[in-house]
Amino acid sequence: MPMNPTRKRRLTIVLSILAAAIVATVLVVLALQNNMNYLLTPSQVQSGEAASYKTFRLGGMVKAGSIQRSSDSLKVTFTVVDAGGAMPVEYTGILPDLFRDNQSVIATGHMDNARFIATEVLAKHDETYMPKELKDAMAKAHANKKIEESPTAQDKMP
Amino acid sequence: MTPELGQLALILALLLALAQGVLPLIGAWRGNRALMAVARPAAAGQAVFVAMAFAILVWAFLHFDFSVQYVADNSNLELPWYYRIAAVWGAHEGSLLLWILILNVWTVALAAFSQKLPEVFASRVLAVMGLIAVGFLAFIIFTSNPFGRLLPMPGDGADLNPVLQDPGMTFHPPVLYTGYVGFSVAFAFAIAGLLGGELEQAWVRWARPWTNVAWAFLTLGIVAGSWWAYAELGWGGWWFWDPVENASFMPWLVGLGLIHAQAITEKRGSLRAWTILLSIFAFSLSLLGTFLVRSGVLTSVHAFASDPRRGVFILAFLTIVVGGSLLLYALRAPKVAGGKAFKLVSRETVLLIGNLMFAVAAAMVLLGTLFPLIGDALNLGRISVGPPYFGFLFPLLMLPVVLLMPFGPFLRWGKGEPAVLKSLLLRVSIAAAACAIVAAFFVDGQPKAIVGVAAATWIAIGVLLYVYKRWREVPRGRRYPAEMAGMLLAHMGLAVFVVGVLLSESLSVTSDVRMAPGQTQHIGSYDFRFDGAHRTTGPNWRADQGTVTVTRDRKPVTVMHPQKRTYLRGQVQTESAVDAGIFRDLYVALGEPMDAGNIEGAWSLRLYYKPFIRWIWGGGVLMMLGGFTCAADKRFRIKRAAAIADDVLVQEARA
Repeated sequence: MPMNPTRKRRLTIVLSILAAAIVATVLVVLALQNNMNYLLTPSQVQSGEAASYKTFRLGGMVKAGSIQRSSDSLKVTFTVVDAGGAMPVEYTGILPDLFRDNQSVIATGHMDNARFIATEVLAKHDETYMPKELKDAMAKAHANKKIEESPTAQDKMP
Repeated sequence: MTPELGQLALILALLLALAQGVLPLIGAWRGNRALMAVARPAAAGQAVFVAMAFAILVWAFLHFDFSVQYVADNSNLELPWYYRIAAVWGAHEGSLLLWILILNVWTVALAAFSQKLPEVFASRVLAVMGLIAVGFLAFIIFTSNPFGRLLPMPGDGADLNPVLQDPGMTFHPPVLYTGYVGFSVAFAFAIAGLLGGELEQAWVRWARPWTNVAWAFLTLGIVAGSWWAYAELGWGGWWFWDPVENASFMPWLVGLGLIHAQAITEKRGSLRAWTILLSIFAFSLSLLGTFLVRSGVLTSVHAFASDPRRGVFILAFLTIVVGGSLLLYALRAPKVAGGKAFKLVSRETVLLIGNLMFAVAAAMVLLGTLFPLIGDALNLGRISVGPPYFGFLFPLLMLPVVLLMPFGPFLRWGKGEPAVLKSLLLRVSIAAAACAIVAAFFVDGQPKAIVGVAAATWIAIGVLLYVYKRWREVPRGRRYPAEMAGMLLAHMGLAVFVVGVLLSESLSVTSDVRMAPGQTQHIGSYDFRFDGAHRTTGPNWRADQGTVTVTRDRKPVTVMHPQKRTYLRGQVQTESAVDAGIFRDLYVALGEPMDAGNIEGAWSLRLYYKPFIRWIWGGGVLMMLGGFTCAADKRFRIKRAAAIADDVLVQEARA
């Protein structure tokens, strides 16, 4: 079949769109792979599930009485617990408004030996939204305690 | 008694919406004028009843009617009256009621301004609006009734979420919704155009001002939300790529594409199918956004479990709207194809590339936002997609848009002249390079800041050169029609926005510090002195209020009062203090007392110096003004149906 100008132009367009699509897909997949954060609970981390992730999110409850502040810097250490595990966490910076004992938190960071070094700490709905996923993850930990978080707390966020 | 009247009003509104949605469609199909004439009165009646329901809910809030569950959940005796009104849209049920009220405002406006449209077309458009209203009213009445009773009536209510107790929040949701809902008009036009087939080609012209206005409102809503997050959340950030923000950003991006696609379709007749597709997607994403944010499904499909009926209803509604309109599109789109051909070097090509980039960016945001849901459904574990995903891909996708932007206006429709391109390229490149080199000395060689200055110059010089070209070549009075002035304003807005984003991101100085009273911290070229904290109270909160005195070269600049508020129900909320300026913001937020019992002692403080951050919102406001200006163009005023055909010919001859 001879290539008339129209057909040739169409072919060019189709090929360039195809090339752009491939580039876009590769970039998206790469960006997704590098920025996917898994949410794990302390017991999952202790059973070795965190080994394959460099950074991940640790979700659980702040153990009562475990919050310790450094006296001369903004360094804070506390313990995050779920039903079957506990994980010491270290964080330097300002904690969210709602951070306190027995509060559900999600910390983003990485493991350093047996300690979790957090770069960001979120407490429930102090940001524009608070993952409900944590509630699922914490379901066991709260088995005997009623989760005080109201089901509409998140809905109120526009 | 009155809350029941509210519910009754909603049911009557639903019946009228049914009449408005079904009868005119049958009338348009059968050529029955009596049935078509139902559309306007039904729309007006529906609006009256919805307004009545809304007023009753407002009244219940103002009069502390805690026997209404929704009122008891979202307000209490100490809440000031203005926040009690804002509490109407503070949660799921009331915000849906606001949505439907705004839909009715748009419908009534449409009914009023469509008198001169062909009768069949206008009744189809109004019918589509009616069908959307049916969906929302049914959703409210059957799953999310704001008038549900709470008996026995409690003595006092709960509190409105404290993050919403801010002037910005009273204003942000209605404006954002006006934008969201506004895309329903473009959607209704597109569906009516599809139904009408080849007969109605002019609908894109009629739809354009509506789309521009909707997009401008959405822009304003997003800007207000971003400003609120900055001032209220205490982090000093203006955009977090979180699902709630993404939900409003996706329709904005598609709407932006739609505005440009409509311009092509109206002026050249080409890309019809694409314009229709974008109209469908802009509205579908608005719906998705409304539901995602309000239903809480964003982070887990399991959230449906809390009220499965809502989830099922939402899925069904979205499926009908998206599926139904795409089916109609598949059946009718080939009929509306056509238009004038264009060469590779032409305004169409540039606009088309921009359009593709906006669409791909919206898809990218959609993927990142819904990925946790996909992961959940596929049992991949609990995944979230971090902001760097968006932060990496979005600027990459917008790069071609910024690069091509100066050339769009200079190129002719159909076939542009490469010579014009070359001289323009030379000029903007020289200007951008020169400004970048000058800027490099001021910003300590920060690459991001230099890129920001270069990109902004690139866009701004392009706009200014075009302004100059029109000034020189076109006689006075016809130089800048509103449509063009709006385009230039919005493009200038992008330049301002780029300055704001890149300069504030690269030059900001942030410091989380521990400060004892009397201690001074040096940030940027400013000295922040912490003068201690004390207790203070407001209408429904008490707060620890810090005092921070800022000086520069020993000259006083300002005294700032950041607060840490505790609301009645124990919710804690940071109120940061901002000293605003055109070229820099100073921002102070209280962290926490280092010794929990002693607020007079040392505190952790967050201190920011943020240059040019205000330009981000300034750019957004310019874009919004551009949208409104564009919509005001005289060309869009509808003439009598018969005159339109001639006018289209004249227009095409001119273009």
